[in-house]
Amino acid sequence: MTTQEPTNAENWAKPVDSLHIAHDLPDHAINLNVEGKRVASMTSGFGKMWQKTYRVRLDGARVAPQQVVKVWKEHFPEFWQKGQHFFGPMASISPGDVALINVKTGGVKLSTGILVLYADDVSFSFMTPEGHMFTGMITFSARELEDGVTQAEIVALVRAQDPIYELGMMTMGSGAEDRQWLHVLRSLAAHFGVEGKPTLEKICVDRKRQWKRFGNVRRSAAIRTVFYSVTRPLRRKEKTRASA
Amino acid sequence: MPNALTLDVRQPGSSTAVLDVQGDITADSEKPLMEAYAEAGSAKAIVLNFSGLEYMNSGGIGLLVTLLVRANRAKQKLLAFGLTEHYRQIFELTRIDEAIEIFGSEDEALQAASK
Repeated sequence: MTTQEPTNAENWAKPVDSLHIAHDLPDHAINLNVEGKRVASMTSGFGKMWQKTYRVRLDGARVAPQQVVKVWKEHFPEFWQKGQHFFGPMASISPGDVALINVKTGGVKLSTGILVLYADDVSFSFMTPEGHMFTGMITFSARELEDGVTQAEIVALVRAQDPIYELGMMTMGSGAEDRQWLHVLRSLAAHFGVEGKPTLEKICVDRKRQWKRFGNVRRSAAIRTVFYSVTRPLRRKEKTRASA
Repeated sequence: MPNALTLDVRQPGSSTAVLDVQGDITADSEKPLMEAYAEAGSAKAIVLNFSGLEYMNSGGIGLLVTLLVRANRAKQKLLAFGLTEHYRQIFELTRIDEAIEIFGSEDEALQAASK
């Protein structure tokens, strides 16, 4: 092992044993399944592994890849679909940030989060906590194509974390995820005055399901969120009784 | 300017191949990495020598995950040595080290590969 420091050490998150959200959250945010959780191993998911690449050409926008990614980092939550919430730090997205996500996917409410694993001036990547819908990594980037047009891209290298998510992905979840990222790319393009026509390319990297990971279901953020939602009226009642 | 990835493939034993990494590993490195993996053929263990790794971004980590999937499918062991302290920490953070065994030297890696 050598100790030479690489040139891009500041672009990576520092090692952490467990996740912690360091910024303030709005009152309506449901903060479950992130605090104290470990990052999910990139290789420990249950379902088939997919590489999904979403792209949009920013034809007509004279904008460098660095500028696209700067805007993307600074306005990340604004590009999301209505009703899907990303509660990150106010300023921008930086390596090591932990953000909360409250989304509705396939009819199920979900409180989860991400760790910003890597960020440089032309890309940034997220990893997920244990219990998230999928394990793996999602990378947002921009590059200049040979014809001089800048292209924004999202690459998700993911597999469903447990059998319930896999079932969900096979039915409604995968389509919902695709709609989300295609929407983000359309919104990003619109920010630069472009009517974007995003594309999607799907490759199945591994068709085998990892049955030894069946037990991941016990950490499911979806189950925990549903339980939290169902028991909320009871907790409110308890709180009212205690304060009376 | 990025340093294009090159890989030399050595076969120190009949069932082990060593891939000597030189340069940067990014999302653009798929071709040389997968060609080197193909050259390693049916070796039971693939050992990645990262001593010559100059730079890696998250796209490079994604490529290593893809390589790992291929190796697992072919029932091959994937091992590594020569990582700097920084990249060793990245392997721990992403928990890739749970699937790719990391060693301090080539001798240790080859010894583990032969088991």
